[in-house]
Amino acid sequence: MDSVLAQAPAFFSAGNIAFVLAALWRTIAMTAIGCSLGFVFGLGIAILRRSTIGWLAPARWLAALYVETFRRVPFLVILIMALFALQPVAPQLSLLAIATIAVTLVATAFLSETIRGGLDSVPRQQWEGAAALNFGAWHTLVRVMLPQAMRVILPPASAFVVMFVKDTSLASHLGVVELTFSGKILVNRGFSPVLGFGVILVLYFALSWPLSIAAARLEKRLAAPRHR
Amino acid sequence: MRHLDIADLHAGYGSQQILHGVSLSVDRGEVLSLIGPSGSGKSTLLRTLIGLTQPSAGTVSVGGEAVDYARKADLARLRDRMTIVFQQYNLFQNMTVLGNVTVTPVKIRKRPAAEVEARARALLDRVGMGDKCDAYPENLSGGQQQRVAIARALALDPEILLLDEVTSALDPERVGEVLAVIRELAGEGITMLIVSHEMAFVREVSTRVAMMDAGRVVEVGTPAQIFENPTEARTRDFTARIFRH
Ligand SMILES: Nc1ncnc2c1ncn2[C@@H]1O[C@H](COP(=O)(O)OP(=O)(O)OP(=O)(O)O)[C@@H](O)[C@H]1O
Ligand SMILES: [Mg+2]
Repeated sequence: MDSVLAQAPAFFSAGNIAFVLAALWRTIAMTAIGCSLGFVFGLGIAILRRSTIGWLAPARWLAALYVETFRRVPFLVILIMALFALQPVAPQLSLLAIATIAVTLVATAFLSETIRGGLDSVPRQQWEGAAALNFGAWHTLVRVMLPQAMRVILPPASAFVVMFVKDTSLASHLGVVELTFSGKILVNRGFSPVLGFGVILVLYFALSWPLSIAAARLEKRLAAPRHR
Repeated sequence: MRHLDIADLHAGYGSQQILHGVSLSVDRGEVLSLIGPSGSGKSTLLRTLIGLTQPSAGTVSVGGEAVDYARKADLARLRDRMTIVFQQYNLFQNMTVLGNVTVTPVKIRKRPAAEVEARARALLDRVGMGDKCDAYPENLSGGQQQRVAIARALALDPEILLLDEVTSALDPERVGEVLAVIRELAGEGITMLIVSHEMAFVREVSTRVAMMDAGRVVEVGTPAQIFENPTEARTRDFTARIFRH
């Protein structure tokens, strides 16, 4: 404990703080960009898989194959696959960008299933009503389907994102200096693991706790009409 | 020229045929009621007219223009002129009562919001729902939702209004109110197709009555003809059975 206290001034140097904050930023970027893009692409896949247009059948089949594969392969494997697949064709991509693409690939697969379940939960009367009132596909989606589906989508989707904040630590295997890796580097430089990983632990908590609270707030707001 | 002309219409769900050649002609401002046993295809006929169920054969013309249900432009034009009040109301659960009535005129037809809202409030008053503008559908009774659905349809100024079991969830005193609204609308020249099990209501409000059975119109006539002097045995059986209840 004494050694921890003695090390503290050196540990919390401006250089180290900037180093850890940069790593924190990479963790946030991978999660936020990857999961946001995953939501958008996942929505696309969910809509595709719900469509009944005949000539889209092969696309639906491919989408199902994609979703089932990427939900079953460990994230680390997807990270490594992304690295080997992307580096030769796009050498200018940074490791962070490649890791973010890997997050997007996995988030797309998981969130598409969550979104599909949400859209399926909206009774057919809702979109038939919209169709009879001349709503096009876009208006039906954003004014009727999504607002109602969100109640079902949000709890599992936010749980996924909160979980995935932690999983992005696997990007360290690619050499991305994200939060976990930054702690490891500091410990390797001779700082106490209690200090190095203690700070990392606090930062992970500080990241996922507000996320959970924000999600819970949003869930409440969406459920509100029932109780007004 | 008839306002709505339905000729030999066939439709169903998947491989199951429900309508086996329905033919009906309705004049402008007419109130035509569809009666018939449960499952005879009354709702399916209205759903087919508004383009939710694809017809497999036959023609529908509005104001002399044939509607091609496979063409998006035709469907959109049709739904600008014709609207439906569903048997299950189909109000949008994520919108308030006022939102349900204003969303289509404002967001789809791009009309000025203030004007639409004033009109919507007036229509909701007319159906006795003026004090529930900010309520959500799931907190309303069936009869209240039905009246909101009527206001939502009227806000679109339809030429042709399809009403499916529009009195089924109303309490007796409300039936009178809705009846009055429908009479006014008929007076304004709106053509109506009404599905109802409420024979007293049908008799009051209709210019003509069509009896449906097993996916066909078996008899059409004035209310007096259908209720007092039906030519078809099926019509006689049906009205006798329903009046006894
Ligand atoms: N969405 C659907 N999918 C498959 N079959 C359906 C669907 N809707 C109705 N049917 C079937 O079509 C037939 C006719 O139903 P429809 O709802 O048109 O009858 P209806 O005359 O309106 O009856 P009711 O008086 O009970 O409302 C019934 O056998 C019903 O089971
Ligand atoms: Mg019906």
